[in-house]
Amino acid sequence: MSKDWPLWEVFVRARGGLEHRHAGSVHAPDAELALRHARDTYTRRMEGVSLWVVRSADIVASDPDQAGELFEPAASKVYRHPTFYDLPDAVKHM
Amino acid sequence: MYTTELDKTAGSAAAPAAVEDPALLAAFEARVANDEFIEPKDWMPEAYRRTLTRQISQHAHSEIVGMLPEGNWLTRAPSLKRKAILLAKIQDEGGHGLYLYCAAETLGTSREQMIEALHAGKAKYSTIFNYPTLNWADIGAIGWLVDGAAIMNQVPLQRTSYGPYARAMVRVCKEESFHQRQGYDLLLEMMKGTPEQRAMVQDAMNRWWWPSLMMFGPPDDNSPNSAQSIRWRIKRETNDELRQKFVDATVPQAELLGITVPDPDLQWNEERGHYDFGAIDWNEFYAVVRGEGPVARERMKARRAAWDEGAWVREAAAAWEARQAARRAAAA
Ligand SMILES: [Fe+2]
Ligand SMILES: [Fe+2]
Repeated sequence: MSKDWPLWEVFVRARGGLEHRHAGSVHAPDAELALRHARDTYTRRMEGVSLWVVRSADIVASDPDQAGELFEPAASKVYRHPTFYDLPDAVKHM
Repeated sequence: MYTTELDKTAGSAAAPAAVEDPALLAAFEARVANDEFIEPKDWMPEAYRRTLTRQISQHAHSEIVGMLPEGNWLTRAPSLKRKAILLAKIQDEGGHGLYLYCAAETLGTSREQMIEALHAGKAKYSTIFNYPTLNWADIGAIGWLVDGAAIMNQVPLQRTSYGPYARAMVRVCKEESFHQRQGYDLLLEMMKGTPEQRAMVQDAMNRWWWPSLMMFGPPDDNSPNSAQSIRWRIKRETNDELRQKFVDATVPQAELLGITVPDPDLQWNEERGHYDFGAIDWNEFYAVVRGEGPVARERMKARRAAWDEGAWVREAAAAWEARQAARRAAAA
């Protein structure tokens, strides 16, 4: 068993109005230190205005082997896309 | 940088090839050939995992050990400005090490294992850091040449096939340009100084040029794992290709500085459109790989000391968390 501190995933909001995006991860014993490490590791050059950290172990991820079935319905339902509908040229901008 | 294949035994022909499921292997090969990224939870051949773990962890170790020769000069920087710049660069290198350890961890080796391997002398790091930094111009030469070589190597790695490694490289590359420019700027300033200062710059060049060329690793015809790494898109360019690019880019910069390249055979080859350069002393390279570099012992001693002397900080942080956890439990 590793004596490493737990791993935390780091998310950075680059500026107001944008979503938080995954930047990387840090090891830290607790959330407060995880934030501090995230600040030093991922925002040395004004890369962000807000940070989230979340224990990596708490992330639930989809299985890459199932990606085909999981995302397939999107490909087979072409009518969900605007380009599926062939409208007369007289209808402009719709 | 520092992605050179240094360990000549592990993972090469010596290790028995794992028997992989041919269908999975074929699907993997097709994805890689199609320039798709492989992510941590995707299936991958054992040899791919092993090669990447070794390459990324060596790269991480090099960033960490690379802080030591520069750290030696922090208290002797000639001005507050240069000290602040050097401190920021060293902090970046620490950050590069952390990005890379994280990427390597996604392949299933713990941080602790990697750090223990480094401290036990079992893991390799770039040969370049086993040379001493003797004068202040060395700090400029490291930024210009060593980080310059690192950039050459790392830029194509932004498209390496393993997603976490590629993303770490994007982050690293954004930061490297400052490293090289501050080094060149430092040397330019010294070249405007006294004859003694100019001599220091030339002396640094004389000592760092050849080790910098060696950073790209053994020549292609003596680089057994290269072909597989290229096929798997772990590496995107060969050692010799990158070395040639570095020479072509750097020689004009040396001319602009007003110093000479310590290579009597260096000559522009009109036909090839590249510089020809002299033979590299590979015996020296392999000696340094074996740990016989001028300051190899000193580097590992300093690295272990930094780790041991920082233990109380790690212990205090862990004790604090344990106490907080106990309080939370009592309150619940
Ligand atoms: Fe670096
Ligand atoms: Fe650097």
